[in-house]
Amino acid sequence: MSESVLKISNVNKTFGGLKALTDINLNIEKGKVHAIIGPNGAGKSTLLNVIIGLLEPDTGEVLFDNKDVIGKQAHEINQMGLVRVFQTPEIFTDLSLLENVMIPALAKRDGSFKFKIFRDLADEKDIMNEAVDILASIGMEDKMHNMSGSMSRGDKRRLELAMCLIQHPKLLLLDEPTAGMARHDTNQTIELLKKIKEGGMTKIIIEHDMHVVFSVADTISVLARGKIIATGTPDEIKGNPIVQEAYLGGGE
Amino acid sequence: MKIEKKRSDLFIMAIFTIVILSMPVWLSPLGANYPDLLQKFAIFGIFAIGYNILFGLTGYLSFGHAIFIGVGSYTAVWSFKLLSMNVLPAIVFGTLFAGIIAALVGYVSLRRSGIYFSILTLAFAQMFYNLAYSVLTPLTNGETGLTIAAGDPRVLDRLFSDVATGGGLPSTELFGISMSGYSGFYFTAVLLILAFFISLKIFNSPFGLKLKAIKSNQHRMKYTGYNTRPYLVTAFIISGMFAGLAGSLMAVTDPLAGAERMQWTASGEVVLMTILGGVGTLYGPLLGVAIIKYLENIFSAVNEATLHGFFSFLPQWLNDTMVVVVSPFVGEGWHLTLGLMFMIVVIFLPGGVTEGFQKIKNRFTKNKEQEKLKQGGE
Ligand SMILES: Nc1ncnc2c1ncn2[C@@H]1O[C@H](COP(=O)(O)OP(=O)(O)OP(=O)(O)O)[C@@H](O)[C@H]1O
Ligand SMILES: [Mg+2]
Repeated sequence: MSESVLKISNVNKTFGGLKALTDINLNIEKGKVHAIIGPNGAGKSTLLNVIIGLLEPDTGEVLFDNKDVIGKQAHEINQMGLVRVFQTPEIFTDLSLLENVMIPALAKRDGSFKFKIFRDLADEKDIMNEAVDILASIGMEDKMHNMSGSMSRGDKRRLELAMCLIQHPKLLLLDEPTAGMARHDTNQTIELLKKIKEGGMTKIIIEHDMHVVFSVADTISVLARGKIIATGTPDEIKGNPIVQEAYLGGGE
Repeated sequence: MKIEKKRSDLFIMAIFTIVILSMPVWLSPLGANYPDLLQKFAIFGIFAIGYNILFGLTGYLSFGHAIFIGVGSYTAVWSFKLLSMNVLPAIVFGTLFAGIIAALVGYVSLRRSGIYFSILTLAFAQMFYNLAYSVLTPLTNGETGLTIAAGDPRVLDRLFSDVATGGGLPSTELFGISMSGYSGFYFTAVLLILAFFISLKIFNSPFGLKLKAIKSNQHRMKYTGYNTRPYLVTAFIISGMFAGLAGSLMAVTDPLAGAERMQWTASGEVVLMTILGGVGTLYGPLLGVAIIKYLENIFSAVNEATLHGFFSFLPQWLNDTMVVVVSPFVGEGWHLTLGLMFMIVVIFLPGGVTEGFQKIKNRFTKNKEQEKLKQGGE
């Protein structure tokens, strides 16, 4: 078995009386794209929030790179190399595209706090070049001095992805990257996800849209009523009768 | 690009320095070139530039910055009393001590954001006002205010020279140069230029960009790997130190300090100046200061007699009516005018005067472009 980046063991989480997560065990292998799917209310977002340290599980352990993530703050998680894309694109809408991608590049290089005012941003040539390159990879380099706030939702999502990718995360977490997107934007996002798959980055994708999942994932775990009911390759999952049933009977 | 940038910084600083130092010349047609008013411009300029680093860049609206004005003033007066009438120790200690207090106030207030942050700073402002007004009377001399006296120790002065005992109160000086009149203005102007330079560096630095990003989306900043609180606390301390410097300079022009300087309305005034000029822009706050202080100077000097004179070309009955209508807005009523002006700006030009200029400029350049297009078509 290859090296695992994230190891989730025996995680349980209840909200009041509701068991949101039951005995979750999951290994995310290095270089793989791991999708987590499941009907509404299955516990996908809860699991994601546990992974990024936002929610503390009742029992169990989450080890990223052999380090405990539970109880860590958002910026510490990011600095460890665990980077997240939000369900609704979160970008700096009052800043230019270039500035939007320079900020995460600076965080990667300089850490969570640095006070240095006698060096101009314009002199940060390396960061600037990196930022222009990543914008070019999503086809936005000609718009780099525009404000990001007026872009379409699909473009915002792609910019946010670029902001995450410039940090070269060890593990990238995507919460429904195509939710609420028009068909055209969805396809563009899939293309981008496929492209970064070739880069060998480890990723977890939480997704509703089967089309997206089957086109980008190496491994799929199916979550239903807080339990993982199956884990396997896309083909295995497609043919699994339990999954079929959970999706038909377990929803809404 | 790199070299261009460097040169433009230098260029901006050169122009700025010339504009500020030549104020006594180009303000004389406006009748605003006397040292007292010029010094007031410069002091409030420093205050507003500093305030803009917090409010303009991070979006955190503080109602407590008068605290640091007060702390700077009291510290400076104590420096005059205990150490020397030389203004250097006064402004250095005033700035540093304001920085320490700002660290405390900022550390606590920045546990919250948005309106809760503003309320916390307001609570601090009220607390410090009461401390100065009554609780700490031994340090602040309560409602009378802290002043210098002929019998003050002034250990440094006595160490280095035979201070003439007796005679009147000593006045503030910089190594023998009196700090009243134009020399006082030029001293303040140099500090204003320095303050502007620091602000320019912050605006152009990665640090400044990160502050703007916190204003834009703090949540994203955290998940991008930034510990946002130290950034905010640093910005708060810097702006507090600018306010402390401004406060100590007030004591340089007139060596006394009173609790009224700490009233929250004084914090409100700097908010008005920043918004009126253009919040978050490099020059906006200075424009705001210039406009408000200049108009204040004019309006508050007007009284009924001058109004009668002004409207003397009108028939008597109309003259009297006009005076009745206008007089609430002048003299003591100047704040009424200020309030109206502020409302008009916030409603019609939320980006302040700077935005107004930008709009005019855009219209102008657009017209030019259209003309060019037309000419090209012919
Ligand atoms: N903070 C909370 N307090 C109480 N119950 C919660 C909380 N968060 C989630 N739940 C409940 O836990 C269950 C799992 O929710 P979760 O949001 O993880 O589902 P999901 O798989 O992400 O669903 P969706 O596809 O709708 O996003 C749901 O029944 C939900 O109502
Ligand atoms: Mg969800």
